[in-house]
Amino acid sequence: MNLTIRQRRIVWAYSFLSVSLIFFLFIRWYPTLLAVNISFRDWNVFAGSGEWVGLQNYADIWEDLFKPRSAVRAAFWNTLRYVLFGVPLQLVLALGIAMLLGQIRRFAGFFRAAYFVPYVTSFVAVAFVWRWLYQPQIGLLNQIITGLGLPMQPFLTSPSQALPSITLVAVWRSIGFAIIIFLAGLQQIPDMYYEAAQIDGANRWQLFRRITLPLLNPVIVYLAVLQTIQFLRMFDLVQNMSTDNAGGPLKSTTTVVLEVYKEGFSGYNMGYAGALTVILFLVILLITMLQLRVLSRRVDY
Amino acid sequence: MKQRKLWSLLSLLLIAALAFTACAAPPAGDSGAAGAATEAPADEAAADAGGEAAAADGEVIEIEYWQYNFQARIDAMNELIAQFEAENPNIKVIHNSDTPYDNFRDKIAASVPAGVGPDVVSLFYGWQTAWLDAGYLVPLPEDAFPPDEIRANFSPMVEASFVDGTLYTLPTAVRTLALFYNKDLMEAAGLDPESPPTTLDELKEQAVQCTVRNGDAYEVFGFVANPAGQGHHWFREVLLRQFGQQPYSDDNRTVLWNASEGGYEAWHEFLSFGTELETGRSDLITEPDDFLAGKVCFHIDGSFRLGSIAENAPDLNFGVVEMPEHNGIKSTFGSYWTHGITQKAAADPARMEAATKFLQFITTPEAGTLWVEMVGELPAQLAAAENPELLADEKLGAFVAGLPYAVSTFFVDESKDRQAIIDANDAVILTGADPDAELDIAVQTVQEMYDEFWADR
Amino acid sequence: MTVLDSSADRTLEAAERLVQTPGPRRAWSWDLALVYLLLTLGAIVMVAPFLWMLLTSIKPAPELVQFSFLPQNPTLENYAKVLTTSNFGRWYFNSLFIATISTLSVAFFDSLVGYTLNKFEFPGKNIIFMGILATLMIPTEMLIIPWFNMSVQFGWNAGNAQYWGIVFPGIITAVGIFLMRQFFDGVPNELLDAARIDGVNEFGIFWRVAMPLVKPAIAALCIFNFIGNWNAYLWPLIIASGREFYTLPVGLSTFIGESTTAWEKIMTGASLATIPLLLIFIIFQRQIIKGIALTGLKG
Repeated sequence: MNLTIRQRRIVWAYSFLSVSLIFFLFIRWYPTLLAVNISFRDWNVFAGSGEWVGLQNYADIWEDLFKPRSAVRAAFWNTLRYVLFGVPLQLVLALGIAMLLGQIRRFAGFFRAAYFVPYVTSFVAVAFVWRWLYQPQIGLLNQIITGLGLPMQPFLTSPSQALPSITLVAVWRSIGFAIIIFLAGLQQIPDMYYEAAQIDGANRWQLFRRITLPLLNPVIVYLAVLQTIQFLRMFDLVQNMSTDNAGGPLKSTTTVVLEVYKEGFSGYNMGYAGALTVILFLVILLITMLQLRVLSRRVDY
Repeated sequence: MKQRKLWSLLSLLLIAALAFTACAAPPAGDSGAAGAATEAPADEAAADAGGEAAAADGEVIEIEYWQYNFQARIDAMNELIAQFEAENPNIKVIHNSDTPYDNFRDKIAASVPAGVGPDVVSLFYGWQTAWLDAGYLVPLPEDAFPPDEIRANFSPMVEASFVDGTLYTLPTAVRTLALFYNKDLMEAAGLDPESPPTTLDELKEQAVQCTVRNGDAYEVFGFVANPAGQGHHWFREVLLRQFGQQPYSDDNRTVLWNASEGGYEAWHEFLSFGTELETGRSDLITEPDDFLAGKVCFHIDGSFRLGSIAENAPDLNFGVVEMPEHNGIKSTFGSYWTHGITQKAAADPARMEAATKFLQFITTPEAGTLWVEMVGELPAQLAAAENPELLADEKLGAFVAGLPYAVSTFFVDESKDRQAIIDANDAVILTGADPDAELDIAVQTVQEMYDEFWADR
Repeated sequence: MTVLDSSADRTLEAAERLVQTPGPRRAWSWDLALVYLLLTLGAIVMVAPFLWMLLTSIKPAPELVQFSFLPQNPTLENYAKVLTTSNFGRWYFNSLFIATISTLSVAFFDSLVGYTLNKFEFPGKNIIFMGILATLMIPTEMLIIPWFNMSVQFGWNAGNAQYWGIVFPGIITAVGIFLMRQFFDGVPNELLDAARIDGVNEFGIFWRVAMPLVKPAIAALCIFNFIGNWNAYLWPLIIASGREFYTLPVGLSTFIGESTTAWEKIMTGASLATIPLLLIFIIFQRQIIKGIALTGLKG
């Protein structure tokens, strides 16, 4: 059989992908489709089966959106706020720090490790430390604030401050990831571009605008998409930042995934949890496709 | 090539990992005789749990018992299992107790549909409704557990284990709430540490006196009405009743928290500690720890707290009294971890028989006595609980004294019920919302849950 | 590696033509001082909670509730307790073993798929990419029950098969594929074409030409994946039959009780768990930072 070069490369491509495709179909997509199926059923966790109820679970979610103190309404709204605060803050800070780290030679290893520490630390322990830091009365942050003569802040115990407080911890925790990815991306930009541009008399802002940003585009796309997904799936952090009122106070920090978990595993209401999952999935998919479309540009080197 | 360095590093790690097993093996082997003894067979059990047919006569029947990870309970249960197996040589009980409390339900939820999991399971009584709803628990056989005898012999709170007259679960031990007080703080505030509050009014008075504030900050909290801790139980089963309002209708279909003026009054009393009395706000994240740290004067908690005080705050100078009464009414909240028999056991007569025998064995007065000694929870059988020695115990006495009048709430979904009270409290304390309107919202939220629950029946 | 050398030479020549005076990138020392100042301030914020964790691990239990930053009576008692009364050694091994296996697999498969998705044109490419990316959008909490079912059917929930049971959902990751796909973008197609002309087969091109060029990305991928597996919690907990097969975070959670938590033990265990990760990072970060750019091409 004679294959053209193009056909031969298609065969190569699929043989490269084969194992992974099987993996994704069976280990990821199959359970996902199961979740979709469950979302149309009055699912009994223990029996592992359930009666088909059509869109009932979705209708329940819709109805719950309008109840006073609605957990799902708060969850969707909060999740959106986590993304809107968290992602830009994370990206801008991480790029800034990565560029600063790129400037130094002495102690470079030390500083890189310092910024990476939160990412490696076991989160159960660190969440507890943050809860201490944020303590309304005796926490270290309040001691510093009152030491500066400013009024004490309630942080996690205030419905308006809790979400930004948790967002900051989320950024703190995962910024190391973004910094490293940016560093790797910055390293891929050949020095000669900067040098050539400097000879042409470009100032620093121009270097950043015309060289760094465009050449970092694939990395920025990656981080923006990934961090958005991660913030949209926020869960364990919120759960760990409170001992006995996860998602509170007054549902001001709860997220969609936290509600999925609560409904599914403590309420045994898997159908409802499945429907929430499907909605979240569609939202993430939509946002991701938009991001890929808007952000992705081919760059000519 | 540098490429190779990367791979060799990874392989090096793998080798290091393997080397680590060699070193790690001995500590893993002898750590916690209890753990080691139960784990090895657990694997086999999981392997053949799939569907080995009923064991023939004379063969050893294996059943699995699951509870969450809590060292004292594990030790006590291991002791009971050893005694049981000595009496019943043809039954072997596999004790699975490694799952942490927070994830116990997740683990069960994943195991059951896959056909593995416990035959006899430990569960919080408040979960019973949901588990029944899902058809996971089977009724306890009436010949082995005659309802009349159970009602006569067990603490009245065990009534919560009956659903429509059918008994589904039975506990070894139960818990009640009582009032902890810090003697040193009382003394510092000019109070007599030997006469702690016995009524609600005394509690309010003494809590105010004990509170020490420094500007906005509390140095000593007199009393914190914390709904996220035990506070929601205190409101429902104690305060409401003391103000003449039962929390739910007799048929458990209607939420009555706001059904009378008394209900609102009880709610105002609850909130007053955080609002006008200012003895402490419930915005503290670690209220029980603060009692341990000697920063809280009065604190409502269960007997299970005694163990953590002994371990983490051995020098704390404290005492425990019965819950403060009001209008001459004494009440406390009773709760318990109970044991049920699962569908998995019921699917096979031999296993069912073994599970029944085991459940009978671990719910005797003797088991209860062993439990109170090893775990500190009170025996569920009155015969063991009415032990004068227990009643005279300096710390446990107050809890035992509460047994005759303790009530257990019937929960459709404990976490949502509790959440409604937390949210109502937070709305008032944190955002200054109208207390009565917030109580109404909480009742409405919980009532909807009840309506949905009963609609299916 | 004649291919590399020749193409590198060509690129270098181009570079030399562009760059006549290799100017220093850093201007004056004032700037540098400011950079260090900013970085130091940031580093304090980043490290302080971690330090607190370390300090807490040497506090005796009763001191924990005092909320002081520095320990008043430092002690190693917690370490002794954690190491002797729990299966800590075994958990350590489990985590190391699982994270290593999964990282080896991920480094290979994620790179291969990422490379294919970037450098090949074939029908269905975009659908496959979105299909892989979409798996990120499902919270894993929803997948746990089907995974457990699957594991029981295949017997992956008992004995040593549990190791496979813990690892299998993560042997290939969408995050990693996406990462590698983005980084292979920076590998010039001309280089791959040159290798094709030299008769190298497609796998050889991937393995010997493309892979060395994205080493920083692979190093990053390895680190992240290792950490992710090291810290994974819910799935390892569900699949493991008992504490013998727990990983570190799951093991740590056995110190959390219904009403009380042995925080001093958690802090101690977490400190012990974190230190090797930091070491691994310090080793690997050089790989990333040395970078490729021009120097990497010299091979």
